[in-house]
Amino acid sequence: MNILNEMRLSFPAKSVNEGFARSAVSAFVMELDPTISELADIKTAVSEAVTNCIVHGYRRESGTVYIDAKITEDMNVIIKIRDKGIGIPDVKQAMKPLFTTAENEERAGLGFAVMQSFMDSVRVRSAPDKGTTVTLSKRIIKIK
Amino acid sequence: MIETEYKNDVLTVYLNGELDHNRSAEIRTAVDGRINSLRPKRLELDFSKVSFMDSSGIGLIMGRYRAVGLVGGQLKIKNIPEDISRIIELSGVTTLGVL
Repeated sequence: MNILNEMRLSFPAKSVNEGFARSAVSAFVMELDPTISELADIKTAVSEAVTNCIVHGYRRESGTVYIDAKITEDMNVIIKIRDKGIGIPDVKQAMKPLFTTAENEERAGLGFAVMQSFMDSVRVRSAPDKGTTVTLSKRIIKIK
Repeated sequence: MIETEYKNDVLTVYLNGELDHNRSAEIRTAVDGRINSLRPKRLELDFSKVSFMDSSGIGLIMGRYRAVGLVGGQLKIKNIPEDISRIIELSGVTTLGVL
C-alpha cells in the first residue's frame, strides 16, 4: 500500500478544537476531490471520534488529541484519532447504539454508530488507563 | 447567538452554523430558558441555517423533546438540509413523530 500523502496533528482536548479538527482533516482530503457528501461523512465521523476523546477519554480534563491521516494510492483515506485518556473497559458495549456513560450531558450514544455508518471501516483499540485509538477509513470514489 | 420567535403558543428556534458538542451547551441553555419561561404548546427547531451536525445535535433534539414535553408541549423539527438528514434518519428520532 503506497502512501501518497500524510499529515499529523496534535491539539489540546478542548471542545473548541472539534471544529478545527474536522476542518483540518477535510482540507487534507480535498486533494482527492471528494463529493460534498463524502466530505460531510468524513467530517462527521472525525467530529464524533474527537468528541469522544474530549468527553470520554479525558473526561473534560486536560490532555492531547492526536490525529494521523494518510491517503493511499488506491484513494483510501485512513484517519487515526488517538487519546491517552482513561480507555474503554468494554469496547463491544461502547460501540452499541444508544450506549453512553454521559447521559446527563445529553450524549445520544450514537458516536460509534455514526462512524460505522459514514465510513467504510472503524477499528477501535483501547486499554484502560492507556487510551483509545480509533482508525477510520473511507475510499473516495473517483468520478470520471 | 440563536434567534427565537414566539407566536401563537409556538416557540421557533432558528439554529445556525455547526451543531457540535462545543455549541450544544450554549444552545441547550438558551432554548430551555425560553421553554421554561414561555411554556409553549409547540417548539419548532428550524435547521435551515445549520451547515454541519454530528450526534451532539441528536442529543440536543432528544433533550428538547423531553424538555418541552415536561411543560406539556410538542417538538417539531423542520427545514432539514440534505447533508444533515442522514444522521437524523440514522438516529431514529423521526420515530418520535417530530417531523
